[in-house]
Amino acid sequence: MKVLLPTPLLSYTKVREVEATGATLMELLADLDRQYPGLRFRVIDEQNTMRPHMRFFVNNEQVFDITQSLRPTDSVILVQALSGG
Amino acid sequence: MARTTRKSPTRKQGPTVRARPVPRPSRRVLVLVATRKGAWLLHGDAKRKVWRTDGPHFLGQIINHLVLDPRDGRTLLAAAKTGHLGPTIFRSTDLGRTWKEAAKPPAFAKAPEGVKGRVVNHTFWLTPCHANEPKAWYAGTSPQGLFRSDDGGDTWEPFSIINDDPQFRSWMGSEQDGTPDGPKLHSIIVDPRDPKHLYLGMSGGGVHESLDHGRSFAPLVKGLNVVEGFDPTNLAVHDPHCVQMCPSNPDRLYQQNHCGIYRIDRPAKEWTRIGKGMPKNVGDIGFPMVVHPRDADTAWVFPMDSATVWPRTSPDGKPAAYVTRNGGRTWQRLDAGLPKSQAWWTVKRQAMTADARNPVGLYLGTTSGELWMSRDEGKRWTNIAQHLPEIYAVEAAEVG
Repeated sequence: MKVLLPTPLLSYTKVREVEATGATLMELLADLDRQYPGLRFRVIDEQNTMRPHMRFFVNNEQVFDITQSLRPTDSVILVQALSGG
Repeated sequence: MARTTRKSPTRKQGPTVRARPVPRPSRRVLVLVATRKGAWLLHGDAKRKVWRTDGPHFLGQIINHLVLDPRDGRTLLAAAKTGHLGPTIFRSTDLGRTWKEAAKPPAFAKAPEGVKGRVVNHTFWLTPCHANEPKAWYAGTSPQGLFRSDDGGDTWEPFSIINDDPQFRSWMGSEQDGTPDGPKLHSIIVDPRDPKHLYLGMSGGGVHESLDHGRSFAPLVKGLNVVEGFDPTNLAVHDPHCVQMCPSNPDRLYQQNHCGIYRIDRPAKEWTRIGKGMPKNVGDIGFPMVVHPRDADTAWVFPMDSATVWPRTSPDGKPAAYVTRNGGRTWQRLDAGLPKSQAWWTVKRQAMTADARNPVGLYLGTTSGELWMSRDEGKRWTNIAQHLPEIYAVEAAEVG
């Protein structure tokens, strides 16, 4: 499925939109980390929770649980939320 | 799990060590500047008069510490995070020409299901391990944790019992109990005579010593004052800002604390407040603590205004370092070249350091993004960089 990433992650992917697979958001992030080592830990912490200023949208709906299931046709967007100056 | 002991350990007097020798003239000083929005490397000429600026590295990333491995003279580690992304470590093995991210940055253990686990917000402090432990490093984090890498900073694991020990966790307090940017584990010190002998500072939580390579730590806080009205036997209220060991006498440590300047000469177990000789209108509160590479009686501090709401600025807007040449009995003001008034910056705990030259060069980075140095042990200060972001840490290394 297509995954749109925010600019802070460009140092990993070089492009904003990438392809990744996974039956859940957690699996999708694991696939992204396989393709772009180090990316997952920048957006998900060691307790498997989303970092405070990262927001995840599936088909334009915000999700908060990385066990959220996904279908191959879903679109996923990671957004950088406001984090100060 | 190894048990923590409250009993103060004793340590036999070790062999004497050579003080840091004056570096060969062919070598150069490299100043490593970590800021709120990136890192800079300043390469000095032989006389430390002309500085070539290399940077920014990691523009926009929060760099809390940038350290050169003195064991190989070319490996750099940078502790980084951004406003949005989680913390990581970047590594360079060619003095900053190229960087590679750590495969496994410092992270707390995953908590069991149903238990709230801790999350590393940022790595705050980096210390190369003993000279006999090549490629090994320690890291201190916020919230407080101690980590170790044995592969040059590529992969990190929680180290010793501190991270999960209930007693230590109670001393660390909650994230609301720490400094404004979060509670920190810092001042990780390795005895050059013995890799098993370690010290560390916890803000808050006190100073601790290990004699068994980190398997256990014991408090070393006797003699330290705490904020008025609190019980000094409660380690949670102790706040060491910066602890330094003297290279020429590793039995002597100096400390800039939230409640004064202190010295201890091991095997003594009690700190002596040596800041009483500071001018009354300046006081003995600040963050950095710098020791001379070859003279254990000489140390420098950079006091700040700790009155009322703790402005954390230079007292009266007049910045100055202070030096003792007699182990803290007396102090002299060192402000030649620094602004005479209306300078409301200060210096964070990692942002003042010394090189090993003769005379010693001093370096300090300000909260307003200026880098100052002195080629004569503080007698006169010169600005060597300005308009940088807020400076978090400054290290001086020898290269070439």
